[in-house]
Amino acid sequence: MDLRPLRDAPSPEERDAIDAALGAPAAPPTPLALGAAEALRPQLLSALHAAQSRVGWVSRGALGYIAERLHMPPAEAYGVASFYALFSLTPRAERVAHVCDDVACKARGADALAAALEAALGPAGESTQGIGWHRSPCLGLCDRAPGVLVQCAGATPLEAALGEARPDVVLEALRRREVPAEPPTVIHQPREGLRLLQRVGVADPTQLDAYRAHGGFLALRRALTLGPAAVVRELSDSKLAGRGGAAFPTARKWQAVAAQPARPHYVVCNADESEPGTFKDRVLLEDDPFAVIEAVAIAAFAVGAEEGIVYLRAEYPRAYTRLTEAIAQCEARGYLGDNVLGRGVRLRVRVARGAGAYICGEETALLNSLEGKRGEPRSKPPFPVEVGYLGKPTAMNNVETLVAVLEILREGGEAFARRGTPQSTGTKLFCLSGHIARPGVYEVPFGTKLSALVALAGGVTAGRRVGAVLLGGAAGVFIGPDELDLALSLEDARAAGATLGSGVVMVLDDTTPLLPYLRRMAAFFRDESCGQCVPCRVGTVRVEELLSRVARKKPLDSWAAETERLEALAQTMCDASICGLGQTATSALSSALARFEILPKDEPSP
Amino acid sequence: MRLEDAPPRRRITLTVDDREVTVAEGSTLLDALKQLAVDTPTLCWAENLTPVNVCRVCVVELEGARTLVPSCSRKAEAGMKIRTDSERVRTSRRTVLELLASTVDTSAAASLQAFSARYGADPQRYGAQGAPHGPRDAARPGHHAVTSGAEAEGVAQPVKVDNDLYVRDYAKCILCFKCVEACGTDAQATFAIAVAGRGFEARISTEFDVALPESACVYCGNCVGVCPTGALMFTQEHSLRAEGQWRPEAQHETDTVCPYCGVGCVLRLHVQDDTIVKVSSPVESTVTHGNLCVKGRFGFGHVVKLRRNKREAVG
Repeated sequence: MDLRPLRDAPSPEERDAIDAALGAPAAPPTPLALGAAEALRPQLLSALHAAQSRVGWVSRGALGYIAERLHMPPAEAYGVASFYALFSLTPRAERVAHVCDDVACKARGADALAAALEAALGPAGESTQGIGWHRSPCLGLCDRAPGVLVQCAGATPLEAALGEARPDVVLEALRRREVPAEPPTVIHQPREGLRLLQRVGVADPTQLDAYRAHGGFLALRRALTLGPAAVVRELSDSKLAGRGGAAFPTARKWQAVAAQPARPHYVVCNADESEPGTFKDRVLLEDDPFAVIEAVAIAAFAVGAEEGIVYLRAEYPRAYTRLTEAIAQCEARGYLGDNVLGRGVRLRVRVARGAGAYICGEETALLNSLEGKRGEPRSKPPFPVEVGYLGKPTAMNNVETLVAVLEILREGGEAFARRGTPQSTGTKLFCLSGHIARPGVYEVPFGTKLSALVALAGGVTAGRRVGAVLLGGAAGVFIGPDELDLALSLEDARAAGATLGSGVVMVLDDTTPLLPYLRRMAAFFRDESCGQCVPCRVGTVRVEELLSRVARKKPLDSWAAETERLEALAQTMCDASICGLGQTATSALSSALARFEILPKDEPSP
Repeated sequence: MRLEDAPPRRRITLTVDDREVTVAEGSTLLDALKQLAVDTPTLCWAENLTPVNVCRVCVVELEGARTLVPSCSRKAEAGMKIRTDSERVRTSRRTVLELLASTVDTSAAASLQAFSARYGADPQRYGAQGAPHGPRDAARPGHHAVTSGAEAEGVAQPVKVDNDLYVRDYAKCILCFKCVEACGTDAQATFAIAVAGRGFEARISTEFDVALPESACVYCGNCVGVCPTGALMFTQEHSLRAEGQWRPEAQHETDTVCPYCGVGCVLRLHVQDDTIVKVSSPVESTVTHGNLCVKGRFGFGHVVKLRRNKREAVG
């Protein structure tokens, strides 16, 4: 392969920023050994982040220099950079506000916020004196909606989330390059019985000793004493199922990786929480980062890995800071490193950032992204437990799943399994948002009634009644006010044709029309489809167009034909898409059509 | 590895439409279907490329699986029960073909048209094809303008003509990834093009959409050779088509050996009106596997010229 570099040179600032991310280049440049370029590739996203956070966008010079440093074809580097929404390959304002206008924020004033910013700064995407704004899919700030992510490029770049954002505060933050500190997370339920959330809001998340004082690292000690096989056994006794949406038995996953002869093994923590309406992992990552790290270390020990990687969505800057600082403290104190707790075990944990792509929450897309590629899902089988990160056996778990492992090791698998229902053990985090009195993360045992959970969050906004509840996220289902009796367990949800998904409970009151939300979700899937397979790439567009016609009350032909069209689309997307995104993209829409009156009743006159 | 050094492969038996078939372990379902002469539509699959299973027209029903599976890449396993013509399979294949036809210009995509006829796909099912909501090469991932839905958004765009040898008409592109594979790991290792953008705005592009002469392109034409829809086309064919002078029925093919170097590539000359109008190489050739270099692919001007001179001298 003869690489032909881009002719444009990076600016000195860009070059320095990229070198800071990749390390100083060898002088004189040394030729690479065969296959060595592949090993450089995983650094691509962090190099792109470095260039963009320095000058606000990824210029030709910067991209060309990155491609040169990583010995990769510029066309491929461009293909990767242009996949991620947070990278801009055209000049962009240095200071931007990404305004969430997704479902949960839409229910709490996002449209008004966007309109105010448009009045002040012009249309989305434009730059006024280096300041601009963009619309964004869910930023995971649904408990403090509407949410905004502020990014200011420069020598000391600023990235910060802003909840309950008012237009004046956002504008002031952009002008002054300063974001008011986010208040600590509030837990709105009684603290007794909290397990996953036990330290949130109690222990200082920036201090290792505070973590230790609240039971930190006891689980890791126990795991090192028990040995890998016994850890998996405890997990098996606990019947822990994955909390990311698929509910796969965690013990089976770990067992499968541990048994693979290929080496090395890897552990990946999926912290790319992007399902609209989901923010539970953000709360854990920000307010209990040591717990996440401890759990990743335990997972690595159990499956025979020495490296754990937390793949974190780039929209969570506070979690990034907290995690990286916590990892440094753990290394300094011997909780991570070459000789963990003096037991001769080597465990390292690092954080890799995404760059704005919902699809990277899909495990194989995430792996590609970690490898510095486009976040396109891989064909399964083979599954990541066999062929994962860099082609090696990889155990990938959601943040909440991993934190639950700490509980299992502290109290034992059987004790853990006594909570919840026989088939859905333990407690579960739910993300309550929308028209609810006290939005936030709530922890309840599996089997709790949905009505009880809504009541725990203070019920529907004063004076209103439940109109619809979005359960499980954009890839979940809408249920009606007559179904609040549903017990929140995997088996009950399945029996009711619903899903708990990532724990989203977004409530819409009875005065809210559903169609704008369905259209927002259709737009979301269209934006977030990776574009690989035809059913999803084109199907999501056709679904959105169909909903536009519903909104305009103008069918192509008749509503009966539109219904048939939608059914064929939904069936094909479910059946023939490569991954879960396409397969579930019409799930919420189909559930809404079955329960609510969405399509006009009257056929147009011929 | 020499053939006799390869380890013996286990034979496995599966059932396709109630017929048993035995294939070597490691074979794909498509291999099994071919063995049974089950005619299976494919667009993104090619014998000389790694399967990417993105077009999804080759999906089949696998008993016990939640979704349909792509036959081009799914490995055959002992005891699998496959249905290739169930209602589910037909619905998905038809819908995929309708979705493609609603999006791209299929006028030069012979195989796609044939599959559409076979599955009764209605290209107008989603309305008349409309223009993209903005210039495709400038599309930002994660953002789009919401349309009225009166038309089916398509990918229409100007033809890219930036060199003498081939043109790129991405209004015809179904994004099958074949050109990227041929340019990269599967044949040429040049990596001049890649998939850029995301979702409906995903597209084949050089870095920053630079013109081919500024890119790493070496004009081997292997991307053109694998394109199933005419999105990539040799300039000569493109011009003849534009003049209404491209007449496949009046063409004959002659296989010969490339005169330029000692590799001995098989050239297949496509001749119309006593003139070479295209050069390809048969995919079954053990020398080329269908691939050529710029000389073999495009270096035939002297033949045409020589014959013309001869004719003039005689005449």
